[in-house]
Amino acid sequence: MEQNEVLNNSQPVIKELDYVVLKREDIYKAVQIQPKRKIIFEKQWLFLDNAVGQPYGTTFDVIAGGVLQAQKPRPAGSVQESKEAGVDNRNIVDDGRSQKLTRDDIETLKEQGLKGQEIVQQLIDNSTTFRDKTEFAQEKYIKKKKKKYENIVTIVKPSARVLAQMYHGREPGKICHLRYDTLGQMLTLGNIHAGNKVIVFETCAGLVLGAVMERLGGYGSVIQMCPGGGPVRAATDSFGFPEDFYEMLHEFPLSKVNGLLDGSLVYSVEEKSEAEQTNTLDDCMQTKEEIPDQCDLVNERNDQDEELMETSSREEQGKQDKGSSNTQDSKVQDKRVKQEEKQRKEKIAAALLREKNADGLVIASRFQPSPVVLSLLKFVAPSRPFVIYSQHKEPLIECYTKLRERGGVISLRLIETWLRQYQVLPNRTHPKLLMSGGGGYILSGITVEMDVEKPSETEKSGEPACKRLKIQHAQD
Amino acid sequence: MSFVEYGEYIQEGDISIVFLGHESMFPIKVQHGAQTQTRYGVIRHSTDLIGKKYGSKVTCSKGGWVYILHPTPELWTVNLPHRTQILYSTDISMILMMLELKPGSIVCESGTGSGSLSHSIIRTIAPTGHLYTVEFHQQRAEKATEEFIAHRVAHLVTVKNQDVCKDGFGVVGVADAVFLDIPSPWEAIVHAKAAIKQGGGRLCSFSPCIEQVQRTCLALSECGFEEISTMEVLLRVYDVRTVSLPVPDLGSEPPGSQQSTVTYKSAVTPKEMAGHTGYLTFATKSLL
Repeated sequence: MEQNEVLNNSQPVIKELDYVVLKREDIYKAVQIQPKRKIIFEKQWLFLDNAVGQPYGTTFDVIAGGVLQAQKPRPAGSVQESKEAGVDNRNIVDDGRSQKLTRDDIETLKEQGLKGQEIVQQLIDNSTTFRDKTEFAQEKYIKKKKKKYENIVTIVKPSARVLAQMYHGREPGKICHLRYDTLGQMLTLGNIHAGNKVIVFETCAGLVLGAVMERLGGYGSVIQMCPGGGPVRAATDSFGFPEDFYEMLHEFPLSKVNGLLDGSLVYSVEEKSEAEQTNTLDDCMQTKEEIPDQCDLVNERNDQDEELMETSSREEQGKQDKGSSNTQDSKVQDKRVKQEEKQRKEKIAAALLREKNADGLVIASRFQPSPVVLSLLKFVAPSRPFVIYSQHKEPLIECYTKLRERGGVISLRLIETWLRQYQVLPNRTHPKLLMSGGGGYILSGITVEMDVEKPSETEKSGEPACKRLKIQHAQD
Repeated sequence: MSFVEYGEYIQEGDISIVFLGHESMFPIKVQHGAQTQTRYGVIRHSTDLIGKKYGSKVTCSKGGWVYILHPTPELWTVNLPHRTQILYSTDISMILMMLELKPGSIVCESGTGSGSLSHSIIRTIAPTGHLYTVEFHQQRAEKATEEFIAHRVAHLVTVKNQDVCKDGFGVVGVADAVFLDIPSPWEAIVHAKAAIKQGGGRLCSFSPCIEQVQRTCLALSECGFEEISTMEVLLRVYDVRTVSLPVPDLGSEPPGSQQSTVTYKSAVTPKEMAGHTGYLTFATKSLL
């Protein structure tokens, strides 16, 4: 790497079938670029065909018919000319009549094909009070009208930051109300980096899994534990990872963990019985039974939340690609091949777990965390971090207590982060008026060698014996 | 083993963390024949450490014991020798995520300071990324270079001793992200923009004072940056304890039917918490 080296970097361009994120101000939507497909975004229908070939980060105007038109790059620092303005609002009366254009007038302007910026100019020209407003009020007015009438959309590359912000803003229930900064804390506390072997248990639509995979960059491996039914990976797909990233991703059913630990879990090559076949499925789309309290998982997939994202999941594409089998026999054959493949993959995951040398454990689910962490920690090597997220404090207090009793962990910390946004403008700088009320809680710790003997009084606090004796002497 | 790769066993030349108990720990360099003094006695590296598994309990000469931990950037941050005020993991976590850092990212940073953030960045962008870090203080730049070599991450980082506001980062058009933690970040915005790839990238500026933030945001806007956003993140730590409350006597209760105390498991807040570290301003370099 030499000084002043300018790399010949070809700007990444948008391609067909790319997973992208549509952005307007703070609103995001994850979609896949598909030819001639109608997408709804911010109450508008649009087609993404014209995006193909444009560089990521391009902003488009949405013109008639939902067609995208790339904006010409604006010169930097185009400042609005300051015209006349008032000093304060003592004489401004809000009678609702200061805007002379009616709703219909504005509709007409839209139909005539006027761009957002031009409509805003029209509104300013037809406002009786605009020139009496202070400069600040004028700026605020323009910003507000722009937001309403400017029909633009920017296409950006997906990332953990963008997707976490998207989910937190639009569909927090799907991610256990995990706020994006909390996710950031988890990735760092968990020391998630390339080459790690990470165990992940999450019910956050695959967002946490995707964020972990992004930090691994294709190096290392992830074993996702699945609670009944298949893993939900809607958010993971939205990251648009290359195919080879998925080679290091494994899944293992949570319900077989105890069997794996006590050695009762056995894999056989024969066909499974009918009953088992219906239970072990790649895609929970087809199942109708499943344990009732876990059909949320099935519904999450089935929902295909139109507002939030429209992706044709990789699973679905795989099915479509395979084409439809004609005869009943070939259907059964396909199913059998799938079962065997799934079993083969599960055996690989089991082998990885059995090594009991995972470099980290990340838990973020709506399930009670204590039993999960107590079991899964057995697969983690000593001197490795683990991170448990919960929307609520109390389940983590329970975890803390149980982990203290178990021993073999140090640096247990229960934390949350407090996040505040600021408006920074000349003479108008202050924290924003609305603030996040909470982003969930994290319990983190580091594993250490387990004591062979039963945990005694001295082990409970995780402090060396010498120290405790000293304290006791001091108290006596 | 190193800061960017886990190893199973303690080896000669490793930086390891000696954990004494409850937030008390310090780093050591493992060497044949060396000894480390702790309040529980002596640790002899050759017999007690080398070849042992990380996470092991090591008994010291006086009979007490410690744990030996694998180094991580987070443990380093709380144990490193301070040459300047440093960034702690809460802000670091935010920066890593909001700058979208991952393996392969190219990052420019100034000032290097004590290397707290630098180690975290290096860990996140390894094995294929690179960090260009600029420090205008000569001794600090030298110390940082030494540390990166000792921590076996020198191949992932280039330290430059110059003033970023005058001379930039030493590279142009390569960075996915730029980080600024300097007294006058608005003076470096032009250089930051030049350092970022043509296809775009992210920027972060960390400033303790709001006046600095205001000047920086103005500079960012004038330079054509978008998505300018300022925030702060604070850590709240809870202490999990069992608390017992005395049960009040309201009279007329049959004797012996009442307990004298009732216990709860509580997440108790500390008396004080960190109220401010600095404001984080993020922005995106748009296409031009």
